[in-house]
Amino acid sequence: MAQSVAQNMAANAKGISMWFDRINWADIGTALGQTLTMVGISLSLTILIGLPLGILLFVTGKGQPFARPIGYGALSFVLNIIRSVPFIILLIVLMPVTVLITGTSLGIRGVIFPLVVGTSPFFARLVETALREVDRGVIEASLAMGASPAQTIFRAVLPEALPGLIAAVTVTAIVLVDYTAMSGAIGGGGLGDLAIRYGYHRFQTEIMLICVVVLILLVQLIQASGNSLVTRFTRR
Amino acid sequence: MIRLEAVTKSFASKRGAAPALHGIDLSVGRGEIYGIIGASGAGKSTLVRLINLLERPSSGEVVIDGARVTDAKGTALSDLRRSIGMVFQHFNLLSGRTVAKNVAYPLELAGRLSRAEITAKVAALLERVGLADHAQKYPRELSGGQKQRVGIARALANDPKVLLCDEATSALDPQTTGQVLDLLQEINRELGVTIVMITHEMEVIRRACDRVAVLEKGRVVEEGPVTTVFLHPAHPVTRALVREAEGDNAVPATQATGQLLRLTLTGATAHQPILGRIARDFGSDFAILGGRVGHIRTTPYAQFAVALSGGNGGAAVAALRASGVTVELIGGGPTVAEHGAERGAEHGGERERHLHVV
Repeated sequence: MAQSVAQNMAANAKGISMWFDRINWADIGTALGQTLTMVGISLSLTILIGLPLGILLFVTGKGQPFARPIGYGALSFVLNIIRSVPFIILLIVLMPVTVLITGTSLGIRGVIFPLVVGTSPFFARLVETALREVDRGVIEASLAMGASPAQTIFRAVLPEALPGLIAAVTVTAIVLVDYTAMSGAIGGGGLGDLAIRYGYHRFQTEIMLICVVVLILLVQLIQASGNSLVTRFTRR
Repeated sequence: MIRLEAVTKSFASKRGAAPALHGIDLSVGRGEIYGIIGASGAGKSTLVRLINLLERPSSGEVVIDGARVTDAKGTALSDLRRSIGMVFQHFNLLSGRTVAKNVAYPLELAGRLSRAEITAKVAALLERVGLADHAQKYPRELSGGQKQRVGIARALANDPKVLLCDEATSALDPQTTGQVLDLLQEINRELGVTIVMITHEMEVIRRACDRVAVLEKGRVVEEGPVTTVFLHPAHPVTRALVREAEGDNAVPATQATGQLLRLTLTGATAHQPILGRIARDFGSDFAILGGRVGHIRTTPYAQFAVALSGGNGGAAVAALRASGVTVELIGGGPTVAEHGAERGAEHGGERERHLHVV
């Protein structure tokens, strides 16, 4: 009985190792590198564009010192439109513009622009929410101490919202991992691309599986690092 | 020092303009501790925010140190606000900064001192409020009283002439409230800072203020020295606030015979054996029906409701007045009623008030 179990296990181990033999680990490494590059570049650009937009939403929003209902409404409307288009459609719709800007709609270069367009409005909303979480009393106290509105935003509100902003970056990075996988479908490269080409078109399910496992690990890693940073900067 | 002239304030609401303040005239003298008391919603928070223009008046003028500041903008506004410190009910500290960095914040904003000068000044301010040992802590590590001390140190950072306290003790327990009020009085005494204090507690006014304005539905219904307003409240709202602080002092329906009088002794008079002496001299008897004894800031006071009977009542009342006792008729015979009518005239600088029961 014990012997047959051992034999079974040996047979399984042999099967698994055969199964792994068909995987080109170098391809997966390259794909992971591409995914990380895409996420890294587009995350930086998203923060660069989304943060000011989020601050603008916050300061023009209702009940704030610089409330501008019309400007806020217009900006809000545009951001909502972009956010309502499914990302895969956005990829296709933006292709002509992408070609115009980067010269190609393929590969990493071709996918950064739609990624940034897709996530910036989302990130801007998260920033707005994080800034709204800051105690109004802190804003009032800062103004009462003679701070200009700009000083109040940059020296009181943004630092106070830091944990919320870090959480917003974390969520956005994870959404970007998701979107880069999707952009694989139109030739963007990365783990998603690999999963679809080998796993789906060539019926190599194991490659798809590995890609998904790597993506899972990546997302977990991003979330865990984000959480630990949030904890570190929370003083409330 | 601070003058509000016919100030009104309305807030836009869905049903048109909602008036918060109606024609407020207030004048706060230099070096004074001025209290503004009222129930929540009376408009006192709005009123105090008009002084540093966190709220702009809908009409009327704000005059600080003789200069009209109602429309101050930009640098003039920043300078004005730097000369007026503000302390808040919920402290409003920056949670991401240490105690020292919180106190340094207004100095960094002003940008007039070097880093070393800021460090030195912060240390001195923390020393003054008794938090020198907590400089490197974050606000969440402090108790409520300690947080408010940080708030006070921060408000003093730019050497203001005025300190606005918006319910500064309302989130604190009674003991801590006492300590914070002591600190504020010490600052007022030693630095000569004029303090405007908003509160809903008469107890805070009694302990710390020189003068008080009672606010009700956006109007000042009573104003004057705390000794007067606290001991002779004229307006029903003021009476309710005093009652809240003192317990019910209303004279109960009584079987006692004679004239019902209210005797008020303040300052040195409160410590003299006047009642006994006059009872002996004029053969009159006093039945004490109710009373309160205590201090208004540092002034001792005693106030009794008594029934005066027998002997020469009219002469006894005259003698009480001659000894510095304020006598008010709150019920009873005609002899004293005549004297009651003269009362206002002989009571020093106090303005005339109507007779009433506390």
